[in-house]
Amino acid sequence: MNRMEVVSGAGGRLHTSTPHDSAAKQVAGRADYVDDLVEPEGTLHAYLGLSSKAHAGIVSLDLEAVRKAPGVVGVLTAADIPGENDISSVHKHDEPVLAETVVKYWGQPIFAVIAVDRETARRATKLAKIEYAELPHVTDVAAALADGGKLVTEPLKLERGDVEAGLKSSERRLTGRVTIGGQEHFYLESQVALAIPGEDDEMLIQTSTQHPTEIQVMVAQVLGIPHAAVTVNMRRMGGGFGGKETQGNLFAVIAALAARRTGHAVKIRPDRDDDFSITGKRHDFVVDYDLGYNGDGKIQAVKATFAARAGFSADLSGPVTDRALFHCDNAYWYPSVRVNSLPLFTNTVSNTAFRGFGGPQGVIAAERWIEDVAYALGKDPLEIRKANFYGTDSNNITPYHQEVEDNIIHRVVDELEHSSEYQKRRAQILAFNKTNPILRKGIALTPVKFGISFTATWHNQAGALVHVYRDGSVHLSHGGTEMGQGLHIKVAQVVAEAFGVPLDSVKVTASNTGKVPNTSATAASSGTDLNGMAALNAAEQIKARMHAHAARIYEVEPKDVHWEFGGIRAGKQLVEFGELATSCWMNRVQLSAAGFYSTPKIHWDRASGRGHPFYYFAYGAAAAEVTIDTLTGEYQIDRADVLEDVGRSLNPAIDVGQVEGGFIQGAGWLTTEELVWDDKGQLRTHAPSTYKIPLASDVPPAFNVKLADWSVNKEPAIGRSKAVGEPPICLAVSVVEALSMAVASVADYRIAPRLDMPVTPERVLMGVERMRKGAA
Amino acid sequence: MSAEAGSALRFILNDEDVSLTALKATETLLDYLRLTKRLRGSKEGCAEGDCGACTVLVGRLKGGGLVYESVNACICFVGSLHGTHVVTIEHLSAADGPLHPVQQAMVDHHGSQCGFCTPGIVMSLYGLWMQNPHPGAAETERALQGNLCRCTGYAPILKAANAISSYSAVERDRLVAERAAIMARLKALDDGVSVDIGEGKDRLFVPGSVDELAEFYAAHPEGTLVSGATDVGLWVTKFMRDIGPMIYIGHLKGLHGIEEAGGALKLGAGVTYSEAGAAIARHFPQLTELWDRIGGAQVRNVGTIGANIANGSPIGDTPPPLIVLGASITLRKGGERREVKLKDYFVAYGKQDRQKGEFVESVSIPYLPAGEHLACYKITKRKDEDISALCGAFRLFVTDDGNVGMARIAFGGMAATPKRARAVEAALVGKPWTSATVEAAIAAFATDYQPISDMRASAEYRLLAAQNLLRRFHLETIGEGQRLKRAVA
Repeated sequence: MNRMEVVSGAGGRLHTSTPHDSAAKQVAGRADYVDDLVEPEGTLHAYLGLSSKAHAGIVSLDLEAVRKAPGVVGVLTAADIPGENDISSVHKHDEPVLAETVVKYWGQPIFAVIAVDRETARRATKLAKIEYAELPHVTDVAAALADGGKLVTEPLKLERGDVEAGLKSSERRLTGRVTIGGQEHFYLESQVALAIPGEDDEMLIQTSTQHPTEIQVMVAQVLGIPHAAVTVNMRRMGGGFGGKETQGNLFAVIAALAARRTGHAVKIRPDRDDDFSITGKRHDFVVDYDLGYNGDGKIQAVKATFAARAGFSADLSGPVTDRALFHCDNAYWYPSVRVNSLPLFTNTVSNTAFRGFGGPQGVIAAERWIEDVAYALGKDPLEIRKANFYGTDSNNITPYHQEVEDNIIHRVVDELEHSSEYQKRRAQILAFNKTNPILRKGIALTPVKFGISFTATWHNQAGALVHVYRDGSVHLSHGGTEMGQGLHIKVAQVVAEAFGVPLDSVKVTASNTGKVPNTSATAASSGTDLNGMAALNAAEQIKARMHAHAARIYEVEPKDVHWEFGGIRAGKQLVEFGELATSCWMNRVQLSAAGFYSTPKIHWDRASGRGHPFYYFAYGAAAAEVTIDTLTGEYQIDRADVLEDVGRSLNPAIDVGQVEGGFIQGAGWLTTEELVWDDKGQLRTHAPSTYKIPLASDVPPAFNVKLADWSVNKEPAIGRSKAVGEPPICLAVSVVEALSMAVASVADYRIAPRLDMPVTPERVLMGVERMRKGAA
Repeated sequence: MSAEAGSALRFILNDEDVSLTALKATETLLDYLRLTKRLRGSKEGCAEGDCGACTVLVGRLKGGGLVYESVNACICFVGSLHGTHVVTIEHLSAADGPLHPVQQAMVDHHGSQCGFCTPGIVMSLYGLWMQNPHPGAAETERALQGNLCRCTGYAPILKAANAISSYSAVERDRLVAERAAIMARLKALDDGVSVDIGEGKDRLFVPGSVDELAEFYAAHPEGTLVSGATDVGLWVTKFMRDIGPMIYIGHLKGLHGIEEAGGALKLGAGVTYSEAGAAIARHFPQLTELWDRIGGAQVRNVGTIGANIANGSPIGDTPPPLIVLGASITLRKGGERREVKLKDYFVAYGKQDRQKGEFVESVSIPYLPAGEHLACYKITKRKDEDISALCGAFRLFVTDDGNVGMARIAFGGMAATPKRARAVEAALVGKPWTSATVEAAIAAFATDYQPISDMRASAEYRLLAAQNLLRRFHLETIGEGQRLKRAVA
């Protein structure tokens, strides 16, 4: 049994740091993305023709010149759609594939050109003659509200206690408004799809998507064919962040329509500028609030409205604005609360899922309320935070009436306060600001509590398919998708651990709707929780059969068969895993299983605003220190310390990567990433030249990220780990609050700076000006 | 014309000798790699030279050596590659061989997540490593200014960059070891003969000398001069404009001169930001911060000062400091040359004092007389690789009696052209150089500039920040200045 000894020392065990399964291919440029795949012979290329009005009737659409352009094979309009002209992910029939009589946002697709190559198709789109009859448009929350506040979907109300009485009986009151900007995903790989027609009505789609099943459903719906005729294959995305949960539907169905029409494989890949214009973004919010609190800093009552720019269709705006409300408590107990959402129709691209899915906007509002109270009372905001934390045994009911059963925020914050030397540094910063006229510093420590589960309960299910081959190698397929987050390596670790085989025995394969059907989006931080459990379930099924077989063939009691790393021990006999697999096959024991998992314990009644929507909560905290230049508003993040609760980490290196990446992505959202629409409704920040995501030189020179290694998920989630994808985005609120403190120093911290987000250098300088005027 | 019929564009791609006799003038290197050569390791992230996912190295013979620099393949025209060695991610390791040290460091430090930016990051780090095997944090950040990563937050990439030399000595690297052989092959391609391919708007002309350029451009003033293509590239990839005939000039040795004698720094119009960096640091140390913030490394490696001026953009970064320094340019048409003060060159938005067939041949920047103050400030939404919201240059002389003897102020981003602040200057000259004078002069900014609001900044912010920069300049000249300074990890 030499091999067993050798492999037992191998890396890749569960709960250890192991590189991403594709890392070696990625660094060598040998990891294939959809646009890198070998195209079938005769592959054609499609390109979309877009609206150049924010809201208009289409009076005439003359595509003669487009059709006649050399190299053009065909043109698609709404009239060419055999099935439904709709790709609404929530089946509200408000999202046409191609506009018919009206365009509702600048950049809305009206037609598609199919040509021999991409450049020919792209150039030909410019030959279209479109006559519009312009209609009034609304592009932002203020305009939408002024225009009557039309909603794209049902709003939500969460209420607990008597908020009006709470406001009245509070010792103090304050009201305010905070504006939180949107965010472009800026996945480095833009949207892309390749459709390959098969025999009969079959269609194979290779695309970059977080949700293969939805691509399948939409292609079937638009082509008017059964789901079973469509197969979606997805090996990896070049980033998703929520931007490929529903936003890939359009491209996949256009490729499929063109492939059906021409009988050729068809690829579509928009230019980055068009991707920006056509695809939805993180929702921007305007939050109006009315708070009651006491002189001790304890919040008594919260009344707030969360108005969001939803865009021209519902898409996921309902659940996104719901999640904003679900997180407007962050880690705080409100004795009475009433919050409402307003998912507003606007003539802009339909906003969509983005890492955090409304949750971070809720968290930001909560932290703004804390900050307002702190400035009103002249206290360190951290003190006010602590005063309002959820209790562990009491004061632990959320606005949606779920009890917080796993609260560890006190320990997380205490540890970070200590390890980051928050108090000492805060004192130094206060002293620094007294003596420096131009540069000012700020520091803030903010907590995060994030609810884990899809709030639409039926999404909390997953499937997996596991095969063991005769040589002991393992084929793994599950319903999740890999977008860089390390889902595949974690699930592979789970399966390798279950079988007791080295990690490299487990071959992770592409997500494929033909192997694992009816999957949920890889979203809501749930990928590992759901698919890890489904894969484990499949492995356990196979193991049970192998176990029984081993007892039979080695003539021992089942209880005397023990699984060890590399094989089994049956009585005194050691049998290698591959040898046992061969033996199972020889004896006609099935070595394949479909696994399944559905999250227990959760339920949610949206109408009453009551339930237990989250399986558990993930916690974390961050302390950020910044310096601002009060002459120009420029700033830098000098240091950030993070402590994140991921339960018992399945792969600490991967989890730290998620936390670091999430923090920086969140910091970008809240500082330099600014979406600007002009008065005609055109997005002016549509490429990296105008839309500024963080660079290496924006990373704090001191960036200390730690996992709370003592944390264990109270619920029996996979390996007692916790989700890690989304919560770290919220950590970046610490940067905003640190900027706030630096700005506030100009008026000796007597005025709450109330910076809107993103806090660009311009907003910092204008904040400084307000402080100067207010202090004068 | 010395070009023969059947002339060919020749370069080395990884190991392969490439000779192209047919080529569309606007063909980009990235399309050539991905579509023609099926080398798909280099990715398209933005097609405008801002994300770096397509980064490759281009080796050129320079100053008797062979220098490999990072370049954005997406806006690099194939026509600019004559006589070069193009190195792509595929050249670093074989599918069945060990990873390159840069690649292994990235794997071991978990530097890739989605992996789409990764080949470009690897190439940028490789270029850095060859030039500087033990880079500090600041150097690594500078090398990565043109590379976006949306997943990792960069922390593991910075750690990987720091560790590369612990895997192998740079001397053992293939490109270093093969340097002499590659140089010999490139010298064989460097025959000084022009390349002339195609016709009409698809025509590509690569002159063999500046004289050939002058002759051809005078005869074909409808052509587009291209050097770094960091702007012209976007005319093609974003606006799908026809730019032919395309005349590539970036390689011309006659435009790469750097002369430091004679009271002025004289730069050939083809000198890149990277090439000029050392001379700028020697003679105008006040401009080094600005210099490091022009584009990303990939842009500075090909972008030229001559084109930054010739292009006439209101937000070009070099005109404000060059205007206050009293720089002049030499314009040439055929055999005729004339000298123009830079301040007079920018006539109106999109209009410069440049005639048809005339090109910028060189830029002359007088040295700052002893005792004069000079400062340049670039203000952007994101610190690095961002187009200026405003960029201000200040030059001032204080007389022995403490009065302002001379003041020159110029801004980009504040008007339709890079523009002097004459009213502010007038409000300063002859007055004591004190904060009272500064405060009295502040109002004059509104006379000089009526900036616009756009996606980079509001008019209100631009004006306020410009005023505050005068305050900063004053404080710095009296030793009370404070600037953000990034701590080193």
